[in-house]
Amino acid sequence: MTTDITTPAPTSPRPHPPAHPGHAAPQRKHRDRRTTGSRRSPGSYAVVAAVTLFVLAFLAPFLVILLNSFKTSADYRANGSLSWPTEWNWSIVSEVWERVDFTQKLVNSVQISLGVVLIAVVLALFNAYAIGIGRVRWRTAFLVFFLGVNVLPQEGLVYPIYYIFKEMGLYDGKLGYTILVGITYSAFGTYLLSSVFASFPRELIEAASLDGAGRWTILWRIILPMSWPTLSVMCVFFFVWSWNEFLYPLVLLVSNDNHTVPLGLSVMQGQYTSDPTSMSAAALLGVIPMVVFFLIFQRSLTRGLTAGAVK
Amino acid sequence: MKTTRHPRTTGYAVFLAPGLLLSLLFLVVPLVMTFYYSLTQWQGIGDPTWIGLDNYTRLFSDADFWASFRNIAFVIIGIAVVPTLLGLFLAALLFDYVGKKHGDGLVSVFRSGLYLPQVIPVAVTGLMWGWILAPEGAVNSVLETIGLSSLTENWLGDPDLALWIVLGVLVWMQLGYPLVLFMSGLQRIDPELYEAASLDGASWWQRFTRITVPILRPEVYVVLVTTTIAGLKVFAQIFVLTGGGPGNATLVPAYFAYQNFFERADVGYGSAISSTITLLVLIIAGTMLARQAREDG
Repeated sequence: MTTDITTPAPTSPRPHPPAHPGHAAPQRKHRDRRTTGSRRSPGSYAVVAAVTLFVLAFLAPFLVILLNSFKTSADYRANGSLSWPTEWNWSIVSEVWERVDFTQKLVNSVQISLGVVLIAVVLALFNAYAIGIGRVRWRTAFLVFFLGVNVLPQEGLVYPIYYIFKEMGLYDGKLGYTILVGITYSAFGTYLLSSVFASFPRELIEAASLDGAGRWTILWRIILPMSWPTLSVMCVFFFVWSWNEFLYPLVLLVSNDNHTVPLGLSVMQGQYTSDPTSMSAAALLGVIPMVVFFLIFQRSLTRGLTAGAVK
Repeated sequence: MKTTRHPRTTGYAVFLAPGLLLSLLFLVVPLVMTFYYSLTQWQGIGDPTWIGLDNYTRLFSDADFWASFRNIAFVIIGIAVVPTLLGLFLAALLFDYVGKKHGDGLVSVFRSGLYLPQVIPVAVTGLMWGWILAPEGAVNSVLETIGLSSLTENWLGDPDLALWIVLGVLVWMQLGYPLVLFMSGLQRIDPELYEAASLDGASWWQRFTRITVPILRPEVYVVLVTTTIAGLKVFAQIFVLTGGGPGNATLVPAYFAYQNFFERADVGYGSAISSTITLLVLIIAGTMLARQAREDG
């Protein structure tokens, strides 16, 4: 199988992967256009129109909640879910915001996700340094171990963790939860980074070693800067994963003040049956942070997916 | 002794120690505990009572357990099979047809749009769909507006419908993952291969089945394995959308285990359910790993 793992994401901010043939050889593209019938035609416009319709229909749920989060119940009942709001009413969103104390949920989610990213990346970096660069004994066995714990279903671990956390006083606290999720992700990070490190130019390390650099210096001054493209993609992914966690927070972060965004909004379900549009507003509040995040880190997300998943 | 025998590698073990130790403590210890609990009867307080394999024999005659496995088959169709097929078709269409004729800008807009549900928390997309499909939700409201109120349904409350609706929502959530992966895989294809095929008179469909699909085999394999594993773990979608209901119409093993752990205080039984899933996941992952090791030589 081919793999992107060994080729870290390029650092250049170009909007498209350089591997794309259209960008790599503009001249040939021109020739393509003439020889292979790549001209635009009524048929191709029809295909584009069909795909556009499909994508719009696919995204329709987002548009529907956007429309309905600003309608009063009366407006909704009178005009249905597809009508333009008679008046853009911010009170439903702001009322839901206050009821779930959304500011607190955002702060919790940001805190936890940043902590998770830090723990996961540092542990993965150390593990992979030992496995990929240090080539410690039994490294294959360690790699298999990390791969194995990476796939473990959370439902297979959650009860003992709940029990242990209660015993240790970590239950219903953000600290224990953050450490747990960080460790969980570090397994995946170890696996990903180890294969990147395995193809690292060894002469560089040996040269630095001859110059008297210790292992910490090599890690800090050589490995870290050179693997930054992969690390940054990992950070983006771990942040999203952590933000979206559900089973662990549901069990381990029970009090309102500790709820994350998805958890805080989901417990609202069923409480608002009398008000048809406030659930829409709740969903909208949950969607917005990750849409913003997606727009900012879109490139890392789509490129990182191929780096992480292939293999 | 060791330092003299392995001078080059011992210094690195220090870096591995914390990560390894923490993984053992937070992941392996709980795993072993779950397996142990599955052989006991325990309510979560006091001491567990050893009952051997009783929980597992109980599983085999439990209609809810079999229902949860039947439903997981649906979930895997919705999360692995349909998105893979649809993703293959869409990836080829976007990359090979739309991209070549109308430019990459348009293609990346489409791709981003279809990928978007992948970054939204599943609990939130579940909330969103739950609202849209609720008795007083968007779908029924549309039906009433256009005068088809006879078609309105309690979409998630009907035992015959709920599972199909969940399947549809899962496809919607999951489509972006194979699509993005396949589109990046397609960049491996030498454009001259397509060019030669078209000059020889191959239709778009022929190029799709003879060139695109065979070349994307590695990606298809990865997607199917990883999403099947993800399917076995599905929890949040069900928790938020249906709570496993109505009845056990949309019950999945992870939710069934959760109910036993935290709602019925039947920890031993819940552990037997989750141990079964864990074993299945490890077997699937192990098979994939062994296959990869063989291919890599």
